[in-house]
Order: sequence, then structure tokens, then C-alpha cells
Amino acid sequence: MPKMLKEVIKNLLSPPATVNYPFVKPTPVPGTRGALNWDMSRCDQCQDCERVCPSVAIKVYPEEKKIEYQPFKCLFCYLCIENCMQQAISGSDIVAEPAYTKIVKVFKTET
Amino acid sequence: MKLIDVGDVIGMSENVNTNKKYSVLPFGPQHPVLPEPIHLKFIVDEEKIIDVLPNLGYVHRGIERGCELNDYKRNIWLTERICGICNYIHGATYCAAIEKITDTEVPVRAKYLRTIWGELGRLQSHLLWLGLFADAIGFESLFMQIWRDREIVLTLNEKTNGHRIHLATNMIGGARKDIDDSLENEYKKDLNLLRKKMDALKPVFYKDSAIKQKCEGKGILSKNKARFLGATGPTIRGSGLKEDARLTGYEAYGQLDFKPVVYEGEDSYSRMLVRFDEVLQSIDLIEKAFDQMPEGPILNKNDKFPMGHTVIRTEQPRGEVFYYVEGNGTNKLTRCKIRTPTASNIPALINMLIGYEVSDIPTIVHSIDPCISCTERIVYVRRNE
Repeated sequence: MPKMLKEVIKNLLSPPATVNYPFVKPTPVPGTRGALNWDMSRCDQCQDCERVCPSVAIKVYPEEKKIEYQPFKCLFCYLCIENCMQQAISGSDIVAEPAYTKIVKVFKTET
Repeated sequence: MKLIDVGDVIGMSENVNTNKKYSVLPFGPQHPVLPEPIHLKFIVDEEKIIDVLPNLGYVHRGIERGCELNDYKRNIWLTERICGICNYIHGATYCAAIEKITDTEVPVRAKYLRTIWGELGRLQSHLLWLGLFADAIGFESLFMQIWRDREIVLTLNEKTNGHRIHLATNMIGGARKDIDDSLENEYKKDLNLLRKKMDALKPVFYKDSAIKQKCEGKGILSKNKARFLGATGPTIRGSGLKEDARLTGYEAYGQLDFKPVVYEGEDSYSRMLVRFDEVLQSIDLIEKAFDQMPEGPILNKNDKFPMGHTVIRTEQPRGEVFYYVEGNGTNKLTRCKIRTPTASNIPALINMLIGYEVSDIPTIVHSIDPCISCTERIVYVRRNE
């Protein structure tokens, strides 16, 4: 314990390493992989995102021009973004939006 | 506690007198010392441990079967989820196995990137363990200090790959992301800072009497026993044996002049020192890798389906991981056998515990760095059932 004393005194005089979370939100590091968003005006329902998704979190219904995305299944690997030829998918900073149930996000082309 | 007839169960110890009745002390599956569920039944004679019966299977997830049902490319993400802490090395090992079957040449830069991220994984794993170990022996301030320093590594991960733990940068044939010059400078700066912080903590680990009293001479695993029981990683290196899969020179280790950290103490204390020295060694290896890393492509795509079988082994923070991958030319594998380091270390752990007192259990159990969720693929069979 005496060997630790120097560090303990240093810590006592330095600001806290943690942030007061619900009141102070940490700024996300640039490039953080967060929840996905589809721009349906660009999407051509080619189903590439569905094919590459490792956790089967994306389902495309080409006839209905609809995409079902399950954020609680998603690994946030961003393979779908890399493979989307229309660049219709974009990421965000929000890693996991809290929810009471395992929600399914639906993106639909407005006709 | 209940009394059982020890003759009913198989034990590893010669001390067990089958005519005598002993007490059984259950430890786990839920216990404050254990980060993950494992059930150990301690057969004790008053305070002395006579024998230990491990009971696993609380977090079995059927990942090997999952690997056979999945598309072989999706398995990269599945194998990364075998273990949260060593996720990168699991994914890289799986990719290396598929590359070996399909004769894919990995670009040199990608090999260096894999080495760097693998060592970053080792850094964060060892720092996590050093903190947990300090917590297990009751040294709270050291635990918090180390976990605060670990944030440096996690932030580096996040800056490169977008996530703190799961890097998701593995790809068959190379890597998905690159480290540019500005990021490289940040790596060097942050790792220098981490080295300074670790140097400040060095006297605590090397000289502190509280740690020495708790760990020195506890959980002795002799050289011969370590080899006989198949221990791996820091557990065997703490017993004075120079065993490390990185010596085979996979990825870029062959060019980095790698020498394993070995301590001769054979006890929990030397296993802890091996891990502490490996933290400093990992920082050196990453810096060396940055100096030698050539420019060039990072991904060599090959969409050939795996046909044939291979065996591959790499070094994880906890020891050696072994993969056997077999494909039949379709997009699904026929077999993916994985042996994680904790599976090889459990027989050694049982041997270490015998003869010590109940109060030494947390120190000794922690000294092998148990990662139970990775291990849930083995079955212990009782002889007379």
C-alpha cells in the first residue's frame, strides 16, 4: 500500500476520470459505429444489405418497398454500409437507443 | 455444506482417503470473485482443500454448431463473439484458417495491422485482469487505477474502429480498416502515456508487501506438472517454461524479434508478473510494428469456397487458441473445432488448488485468468457413471 501512496495523492489533486453521466453526456469519438438509417429515396431494394448482414438484422421486402431493421440484433459492423452500392445507408453516433421492447424499425418508400 | 462419500466421484488428488467422509464447499456458479459462471465443488478437510470437482456448462452457446450452419463469411463475426475480451484474435485466427485453406495471400501491411490490434487486445485484456486480480485480493485503489489506465487502450480502439471492444476489422484476406499517419501518431502518443502510467505502478506490483503476502507461494504449479497438464499462456510461462505460440512467427511476429516473458516462481505471483511484463512488452511490440509496417494494400479478396481442412494456433492473452476448420467446397463448413486457452488451463487450476486453504481460492482461481464463456465446449466425464 505505501508504494501506491504517491499515485493516490496525485489522484486526489487531479479532476475525476469519470463523467457525471445522465447530466453530462460524453462526446462520442469521431467514427463511432452507431445505429443505422436508410435513405429510402436512394434505396433500390437490391437486398445486398440483407445478404451481407452477419446477424440477420435486416429484412428487405422489395415488393412493398420496405426495410425492417432490428437494432437489438445489429452488431454495428457496418458491412451493409460498405456494401450498399446506392449509398442509401448511413450510420450515427448513437450506439444503442434504449427501449422497453426489442423494437423493429421500419423504413418505407413513400408513394 | 453437506457430507458426501468421496469414493463416488473421481478426483485428481492422491490425498483423498476414500474411507473418510469430507465436507463439500460449493463455489459458484454465482460468486463475487468470478466474472463468469463456473461451479467448483471443493472437497475440504476443515480449511484444507483435498480435491476439486469442476462443473461447467452454464453458458454453453453452441457456437461450433453455429459455425457449421452459418455462411463461412458470417462466421468471422460469430467467432469474434466466443470471447468478449479476446474477440479480435478469435476472428483473426478464423480468417487465417480460411486463408490457409483457400491459399489466399495476405498483404504484408494487413499482417502488421493484425499484429497491432492483436497486441492491443492483449493489452486491454491484461489490464482488465490486473485490475480484477487487485480487486480479488482486496486492493481496491489499484483496481480503479488500472481500469482508468485501460481507458487509454479502449479509446484507441474506438478511434480506429468505432467500438471500444469489438473491433470488427477482420476480413478473410486482410483487414477492413487502415491506420493512417495521424492515427499512428496518436497511437504512439497514447501508448507512451500508458507506458509512463505502468512504470509508475511497477513498484506496486514488484515490491508491495500486501500483494506479495497474498500471492507468493500460493498455487504452485511445477514445471513438470504444467507440461503434463497442458497449461498454456501466462500460466505455463509463470512456471518457467518458454511456451508461446507467437514464437512460431505467425502474422508479423517473426519480424519483431519476439521473446516470451518467463518467470521461474511457479506461483500466483509469477503468473501476475508475467502478465504485468507482457503489458510493457505489448507496448514495445506495437511500436516496433509501427516502425516496420510497410505501405501497401490491406485486403486481398478471394471468394473461393473453403475445400479441405487445416489446423491453426495463435496466442491469446490467456494462452494458446486452437482452430480446426474443415470445408467441403460449399459456402458452409463441415466442422469448426475451437479449443480456447482456459479449457487447457482448468486441469492445471485444479491441481494448483489442492493442498491450499479456502482463503487462497480467489487468488489461485484468478491467477489462470479464467474465461469461462469461451471454454463452454468441453465435458468432464465421471468415471463411474
